[in-house]
Amino acid sequence: MSDVSIPEGLKYTKDHEWAKIEGNEIVVGITKFAVEQLGDITLVTIDAKEGTEVTAGGAFGSIESVKSVSDLFAPVDGKITKVNAEVVAKGELLNEDPYAAWLVRIAVKDPKSLGELLDAAAYTTHTQS
Amino acid sequence: MNPPASPPDSPKASATEERRTSIHEEHVKHGGRMVPFAGWSMPIQYSGIVDEHQAVRNACGLFDVSHMGELEMRGPHAGQVVNYLVTNDVGQLAVGQALYTACCNASGTILDDLIVYRAGDDRYLTVCNASNRDKMVEVFRSAAEDHCEFEDRSDSTALIALQGPKAFEVLALAGSDAAKLSELKSFHFRDAVVANIACTVARTGYTGEDGVEIFCAWNEAPALWRHLVELGTPLGLKPVGLGARDTLRLEARLSLYGNDIDETTNPLEAGLAWVVKLGKGDFVGREALEKVKAEPLARKLVGFEVTGRGVARHGYPLRDLQGNEVGICTSGSPGPTVGKNIGLGYLPANLTAIGTQFLVDCRGRNIEATVVKTPFYKANKGAVSK
Repeated sequence: MSDVSIPEGLKYTKDHEWAKIEGNEIVVGITKFAVEQLGDITLVTIDAKEGTEVTAGGAFGSIESVKSVSDLFAPVDGKITKVNAEVVAKGELLNEDPYAAWLVRIAVKDPKSLGELLDAAAYTTHTQS
Repeated sequence: MNPPASPPDSPKASATEERRTSIHEEHVKHGGRMVPFAGWSMPIQYSGIVDEHQAVRNACGLFDVSHMGELEMRGPHAGQVVNYLVTNDVGQLAVGQALYTACCNASGTILDDLIVYRAGDDRYLTVCNASNRDKMVEVFRSAAEDHCEFEDRSDSTALIALQGPKAFEVLALAGSDAAKLSELKSFHFRDAVVANIACTVARTGYTGEDGVEIFCAWNEAPALWRHLVELGTPLGLKPVGLGARDTLRLEARLSLYGNDIDETTNPLEAGLAWVVKLGKGDFVGREALEKVKAEPLARKLVGFEVTGRGVARHGYPLRDLQGNEVGICTSGSPGPTVGKNIGLGYLPANLTAIGTQFLVDCRGRNIEATVVKTPFYKANKGAVSK
């Protein structure tokens, strides 16, 4: 496994999603570590529509790579406010820069739930375990 | 998300520690991501599945297939014994010639798919799948009994596949008698010296590209691998893992044991009628296969394209347009060269005509698919088969 730098300032889940906090919303994507594990990503499917309620750990879509398919999980309870249509149309964008190719924005139901997410150091430890 | 630790379609590793081929250190050195496969630790990828796939299509790729089994039968009756075990006609083989075949049980379903090499007048080498090695050793050993000598050479024989349009250029650089090797016809083989190592070079492979498979002594394989990587890299050679091996063979519609064929499928429904020679004399499974042939096939293995947004995978149900479950996907993946999501699966005979539309149940979503002609990809020239 090559070294994959994990940006500071983002929150992470053990399922390899990242979340960037912007006011009452989070921007959600998957980490570089996840992209490396998946191999070449070809297709992103977001089942949830704008306005859909999601629960923490619940699947809101899936990612297909050449090798396999994986579910995408919501980091926290909330409501989808925006889906990144560009990444849905061109899943390969995730291979290049998964921190730029965000997937959805979620209006967070309870701001306190963000405290349960991992910080960069904890996520780094998680990926090395 | 939940990235997998191992390839989704690989046979499960045994509880014991995985075995390593002699080339293991080279894989690790080249950044190979090692995964358990059929009891072995094998590279799933190095630079990336798509990158490796395209290297094989456009230049060439190097595969460690030392985990496969090599079974040898010797003696005046060896040919007859092997011919009794397999469905294709080994009796047609000249020395230096090989053939692809199935080995069936008495019910006519497939124990393994194999290549039989006639290495001498009374000497036959058979290459079997790693996942079936123990089973095939048992089948061969008990068939040999008092009739011929049997030897499991798997632990002493390494196998490296060099595949792609530049395979023979690389062999020439390795100081082998490239002229003679490039004259080898498809499914022929000969002894050669490659990078100062005594080898047997066969014009066989499993990628849909021209190329060779090189047998050598187990402990000499790392040196051979290093030489070929060093000489071939300037020509675009890349080491290739199991991931791209799977996408390459799928585009060429080469069956994968454990996915497309197994002990529940017979060679006729699997599209392997061409390796079943009912006229050759008696063999294991013949009676059952004669019965299968006498009736219209109930189901067939077909190639398809997923035309909707989705990727078919091994084990996904196939449905008719009314939504009834009618079949199963046996292999599926994005096809890096064909640029489409492709697959193989069993469908009832009435849904197997080219152009037939059906649905793939992609984890609860029914996605449209169409039966298409195979292979999905065909090289311009060269040896295409296992």
